[in-house]
Formats: sequence, structure tokens, C-alpha cells
Amino acid sequence: MQRAYVEKSAAQIAADVQSGRVSAAEIVEETLAHVDLVEPALGSYLTVLADAARAAAVRVDERVRGGEQLPLAGVPLAVKDNMCLDGTRTTCGSKILEHWIAPYTATAVARMLDAGAIAIGKANCDEFAMGSSCENSALGVTRNPYDTTRVPGGSSGGSAAAVAAYEAAVGLGSDTGGSIREPGAFCNLVAFKPTYGRISRYGLIAFASSLDQIGPLTRTVEDAALAYDAMAGYDPMDATSIDRPVEAAASALRDDLRGLRVGLVREFETKALGPELDRIYRQAYADLERLGAELVEVSLPTAEYGVATYYLIAPAECSSNLARFDGVRYGLRVEGDDVRTMYDKTRAAGFGPEVKRRILIGTYALSSGYYDAYYVRAQKARTLIARDFANAFERCDVIACPAASCPAFEFGAKSDPYSMYLMDYYTIPMSLAGLPALSVPCGWTTPAGGSLPMPIGLQLCTPLFGEPLLLGAAHAYERATNHAAARTPVLDGVHA
Amino acid sequence: MASETIDIRYVAKLAALALTNDEVETFGRQLNDLLEHVNALSRLDIQSVAATAQVVESRNVMREDTPRPCLDRDRVLAQAPQRQGAFFRVPRIIAE
Repeated sequence: MQRAYVEKSAAQIAADVQSGRVSAAEIVEETLAHVDLVEPALGSYLTVLADAARAAAVRVDERVRGGEQLPLAGVPLAVKDNMCLDGTRTTCGSKILEHWIAPYTATAVARMLDAGAIAIGKANCDEFAMGSSCENSALGVTRNPYDTTRVPGGSSGGSAAAVAAYEAAVGLGSDTGGSIREPGAFCNLVAFKPTYGRISRYGLIAFASSLDQIGPLTRTVEDAALAYDAMAGYDPMDATSIDRPVEAAASALRDDLRGLRVGLVREFETKALGPELDRIYRQAYADLERLGAELVEVSLPTAEYGVATYYLIAPAECSSNLARFDGVRYGLRVEGDDVRTMYDKTRAAGFGPEVKRRILIGTYALSSGYYDAYYVRAQKARTLIARDFANAFERCDVIACPAASCPAFEFGAKSDPYSMYLMDYYTIPMSLAGLPALSVPCGWTTPAGGSLPMPIGLQLCTPLFGEPLLLGAAHAYERATNHAAARTPVLDGVHA
Repeated sequence: MASETIDIRYVAKLAALALTNDEVETFGRQLNDLLEHVNALSRLDIQSVAATAQVVESRNVMREDTPRPCLDRDRVLAQAPQRQGAFFRVPRIIAE
């Protein structure tokens, strides 16, 4: 099968559709044929929207012929299955919503479609976005396209695998403590969590409302900027979305880091990650310096408390948000003699173990007698963590650090819940502080016991609303190093 | 900081979750283990620190209280496990 377009970037696809060199209909046909070939091995999608994608392509082609300028014309899109798309099944990877059909479209998704993107499918994820490997999905297994014996990361693992395997050019993910950045790092992608509130959460099924943030997973920084520019901005349907002008990121991409101070975090010493990762990150920091950045040491003394803080705040918010799944208005119902028994049985049957764990810990942390000792204390720790970043950004413009402590691991390797929670050690502090952060590919390593090199991600972070600077810096690094291009995914029998 | 163990059956009741005996045992162990980790927060000096609920500027959002289009009632009710006319149907709540 000729793959003329699926491997191209969103920017290239959109330019060629806009100029009439290729139609959105052709892009969609090629993508659907490719999805058919690779899905049995990967399982990125829970639902493939073949008919709807074909119909949407016809409309995009009409709009282009009508003279509309569409920045994402014909771009194949993977939508994490915790975002509503009108008329399509939206499961959150959970049995409790296995057959639920969304009656409206999330704002972020609607803005992507309005910009010309075409939803190819709904991507697998950890149940209600709770997990770091996609193994907590109740509805399917997703494999890492660079080694199918390994996880794609999570929770946005389906979106990450889809984009890495050319089943979409852009994936939408949601990041609460690292759920975009970690799977992006595991799948050789640019994985971008904007400032909290920059992209509307309307239609994103809530997990932890003070942390949840939608963002793109892409194969290039430019594509991340295009997707961000399409989605960012105030939405009256989300009272926490930020009502201030958005500075376009796609026009702020730069080729060097001259004049920038890049902060290296004293507490995130990479020696602890082993000689291979230590070497990769030291090289990455040296490359930033070579591009003109001045490296400075900064300190985040409270960051080590990030995981503990997060695992009180996020479950507390989760226990409250997931109270709505009670068998009354939507989703699964298990009958009981009285309404109370119906609630208890419905939730017992509908939620998987990780969701139950988090509901329980959150309920405990909010319960009478423990609220101050746990929940309020965590909120105060959150203040200290945000303050650490504010202090660090007095001394630097961008922070650089690891995105994860290891490359993608094998299925079942993190069976102890806390060991899985530690996967977000480097991403949680930024989430607690609401800061924009991304992971960009920075090297390859063959894990112990593995036979294939796996990608490693460099995390960059800026102050609130620093998206143009963040994407600009990532673009300079990507352009100078181009680690993503060093290897291609293992698509057995498909990849020539 | 509290150091007692979680009464998992009581918390499950608050959370409206029916648990099997196996789950009571497993979750009880795992959550007590997690609490030991989060107890590290007691090392932080937070005496004079304000709590953060929301990191980015937030304010009350007001709008005119006027009717506007909303989701179609039939489409929404079509997703209900059980409906009766224009209502969600649930087991009896008030005793006879």
C-alpha cells in the first residue's frame, strides 16, 4: 500500500489539501486503509469513525473549494475517548460508559474540526484518564508502536500510539498529572500540555477539574503549535477557561535559543536515572547551550512532594466528579431493591480497580476528621510547589528536565499502584502549578531486557501563558537535533 | 498528620461502592500503603501557607438569566438506563 500522506506532518497535509494537490477525501481513504492494517497489532482506537470521517472529508473539500482557509484542512485526528463527539460512543475506557453516545461535542474537538481536521477515531485511554500505561482501560489493550511488548504510556496512550503509528497526524490528549507528556515521551512524540485553562474543558469528561488540561500529541513541534492555535482561547461554556487574548504559537517558532536562560533543576539530578539516561539528558542540556541558551541552576525544593500532593488532590476531585456515575441518567445500571443498592452495585460493576482505589482515597481525604489533615494540607503543599516555580522563573525563562524516569516499560511491569504513580514524578509538579509544559524527543535507549531502542523525552516548561516561548524553544531544539527521525515504528508486515 | 488505618468499609459506604471481601483486603492494604507515602507531607512547614484550590486567576462568571438553547431532552433521555416519559426512572426512594 502506498503511503503517500499518512507519514506527513499535519502542516504538510493541510498545505497540500488547501492548495488542491490532494483532497481531504484521499487523505481519509489512505488513513483508514492504514488504520485497518495496523490496528490489529496496536489497538490505538476504541472506535474507528470510518463513515463519519468520509462524510467530514467531503465537507472539508467543499469548504476548501469555497475559498475557506483551513489551518488543519484534511488533517487526520485521533480523539481521546474522554472527549465528547456528538453522536459517537464516548467511553472513557470504562465499562460504566461502554455504550454511551455523546449528545454534544467538546469545545476543543469542535475547534479542531472547524479548522479542517477530520476525526478518524476515538482513542483508547486508562479508565477515566487514571493511569500511566493505558493498562487501566477496561475496553482494550494498546501497544507501543516502537515495541509492541511495551506499553504506550498513559493515560492518553491510544492517542499517542495512533499518532506514532501514522493512524492520525494529531492526537488529542488530556493531562492531569502527565497523561499527555508521558505517553508522548514513550511514543517519540511532541506532547504538549498548555497552561491550565488555556483550552476549554467543556465536553472533556472530568477527572480532577483543577488539573485537567487538553493538549495535542504530534510528530512535530510545528504541528503542536497549529493544533494549539486552533484550540486555545476563552469558552463561555467553561467558566475556568482563561479570558485573555491568545498569542499565536505557530508564528513564534524559532531556530535558536539566543538570549534565553534555561534552568536545570538541582533536585532532578539525572545520575539517579542510570548512566544511559544521564548521558542522554546531559547531551540534551549541552545541545540547548549550543543553540545559544545560558544554562543556570534552579531549585524546586518542594517538587519531591509533588506525587504525595497530587495523590490527595486528584483523587479528592475524582471522588467528587465521579459521583455522577450512579446509574440514573446515563451509562450502566445494575438493578437493586432500593436506590442505594442500585448505586452501590452499579458503581461496583462499572468501575475498574484503579478508579475504585482513587474514589476511595479521595473520599477518605475529604471525609470528616481527615479533611484538614490530608486535603487541606495537600492544597497548602500545592501552594509551596507553585511558589518554587515562581522563584525558579526569577532566574530562568525555560526549565528543562526529564519527562519520565524511564523509557516505555513492558506490560505488567508496574503492578504495584504506587510504582505506577511514580511514573509521573517529573510531570506532576508542573500540573500542580498549572504551567505549560511539553515533552520533545531527545534520544533513544535500549532498555535492560529489551531488544529495540525506545524513545526518551526532554521536558520543557515555562511560566503561565508562555506557550509561544515554550513551543519556540522546543522547535529550535527539534530542528537542531531531530531525534524523532532517527527511527520509525515497528509496523510488521506494513512498514516497507 | 493522621496515622490511623483506613476503615475501608466505612469509606466505601460514603463513596457508594459495593466492595467484595477480596477488594476490602486488597484496597485496604494498598490505600494504607499510599497513606504512608503521602504522610511525607507532614514534613513540610505549612503553618502560614494559604491553600491553593485553583492555580490560575479565577473569578465568578455571571451571565444574564435568560433562556437559551440546551441539549435536546429526548436525545438526553435516550441515554438513560430507564426513562418514563420526560423523566429518569429510579427505584422507589420514599417508603410506602
